[in-house]
Amino acid sequence: MHARATANTSGRGALPSRPALRADIVPAMQAPPDPRRASESRAASNPADADVVLSVADLYKRYGETAAVDRVSFEVRRREVVGLLGPNGAGKTTTINMILGVLSPTTGRIHIAGIDLQRHRAAALAQANFSAVYAALPGNLTVEQNLRFFGLVYSVARLGERVEALLESFDLLRLRNTKCGLLSSGEQTRVALAKAMLNRPRLLLLDEPTASLDPSAAQTIRARIREFAVAGDCGILWTSHNMYEVEAVCDRVLFLSRGKILLEGDPRRLPAQHGAATLEELFIRLAREPLGDPVEHLG
Amino acid sequence: MRARPVAGILLRQFYLIRGSPVRALPMFAWVAIDIVVWGFITRYLNSMSDGRFNYVPSLLGAVLLWDFFTRIMQGVSTAFLEDVWSKNFLNLFATPLTTPQYIMGLVITSIGTSAVGLAVMLALASSVFGLSFFSLGLMLIPFLLVLFSFGIALGILASALVLRLGPASEWLIWPMPALLSPFVGVFYPLSTLPQWMQAVARVLPPSYVFQGMRTLLAGQALPPGDLLVGAALAVLDNLLAGYFFTRVFRYALRTGLLARYSAESVS
Repeated sequence: MHARATANTSGRGALPSRPALRADIVPAMQAPPDPRRASESRAASNPADADVVLSVADLYKRYGETAAVDRVSFEVRRREVVGLLGPNGAGKTTTINMILGVLSPTTGRIHIAGIDLQRHRAAALAQANFSAVYAALPGNLTVEQNLRFFGLVYSVARLGERVEALLESFDLLRLRNTKCGLLSSGEQTRVALAKAMLNRPRLLLLDEPTASLDPSAAQTIRARIREFAVAGDCGILWTSHNMYEVEAVCDRVLFLSRGKILLEGDPRRLPAQHGAATLEELFIRLAREPLGDPVEHLG
Repeated sequence: MRARPVAGILLRQFYLIRGSPVRALPMFAWVAIDIVVWGFITRYLNSMSDGRFNYVPSLLGAVLLWDFFTRIMQGVSTAFLEDVWSKNFLNLFATPLTTPQYIMGLVITSIGTSAVGLAVMLALASSVFGLSFFSLGLMLIPFLLVLFSFGIALGILASALVLRLGPASEWLIWPMPALLSPFVGVFYPLSTLPQWMQAVARVLPPSYVFQGMRTLLAGQALPPGDLLVGAALAVLDNLLAGYFFTRVFRYALRTGLLARYSAESVS
């Protein structure tokens, strides 16, 4: 497994000062090893580490001659929000689908909360949940019916209480008897997030969770997700094309392009470290660079 | 097998049927219409034969058994199609739900929906057209069990085909029972068929049920081995259908079909 260069277990303040550059892409630019990093690398290589809620090792997915995801390794620790960034077609959703167990990797391993997904699919997926803008809940069931249905599928204990708590937490009480297909996109997002938190997941995968929300609603939802991550034992993998949101929410980001992770680091520091004014500018430059040695072009 | 995920599948189907007359109505409407139509046809045939032959048990009984089999098969495949129609695969299969739990949920749903249809058919056929299944005696139970078992197998096979071929292949699965009906001799003895069709009939469990039904109604003894062969074939078909569904599911996982089915999301 590639060394994971940052291991923030206590929120945003404890990040290292240097960005992590992927050794497989830019070996010459890799930071010299230091004791702290060595320790973190050992932790990263051990998916049984209680702090690691997601361990992805050498994940590779090929369609014909095309590598959609090319030997990607990373991990997410509890109480950490990791942004998975990249242009369209970079392999973000393919990566997420593999973590969700709906797409088999060609090679590589995925552990969720220390459980091998390929060998113990049901046990591993019981520790995870997700919300994606393209995976709306069945529109022919009401909000409450959907939560009860998925609550049983996830074998949630004290389901009735849990559903009530989530209805209240996501301001869905007045919509409980409304069919999901009749909800606005913002309301549907709130229902999907309530579903994603039904089983108190150790790993939460959020694929553009605020894409259809107005700025005010998006800010509220971001705060709530952040609270969930910090308060519980949950780690979050978050994809978004909104760089403002990424800076506001993520402890660490991974830049993915053409199936490879090119950059990894603190979203608030990465732009300056690579001569970009903003994260968005850095994103655009990375997305447009040829794959050969993209980070070197950044200076 | 953990029961709660299976209960989740059942609860969803219950919500759908309870909240939608267009789902509840077909559970008994079409089979009731079939019984009424065939009931009057048998009355007409009885009047033409001057009482020499009673068509009610042989024709109306056959229609009832055939409709029961069809409802079982469609009960499984319709429950599966609910997930196709609502684009729910990604939400559903990214959970701890296992394939056997999912199939079990579909099968129990089918038992519930087809039991309603069977009750309506029995009530209508006996009260209006004088059909008495006492003439078949206790053999009615194994007849129903073989048809039930084969209906489940065909429903699982149909679901696997839709999973493999995509939502548009739905039209392929509705005529499946009609495609089988000429071979299994619902209304006529298998000896009526040409040799090659008889060969096909011998591997289809319903053939043994309908042949057995006619044998009993003719007052002859049913060769005990015949129905056992039918039952064994039905069990084998279930195993094969389960294996086929699992293979298709794995294929869908490997190729991205499952993720793409609802999300069009493979990069």
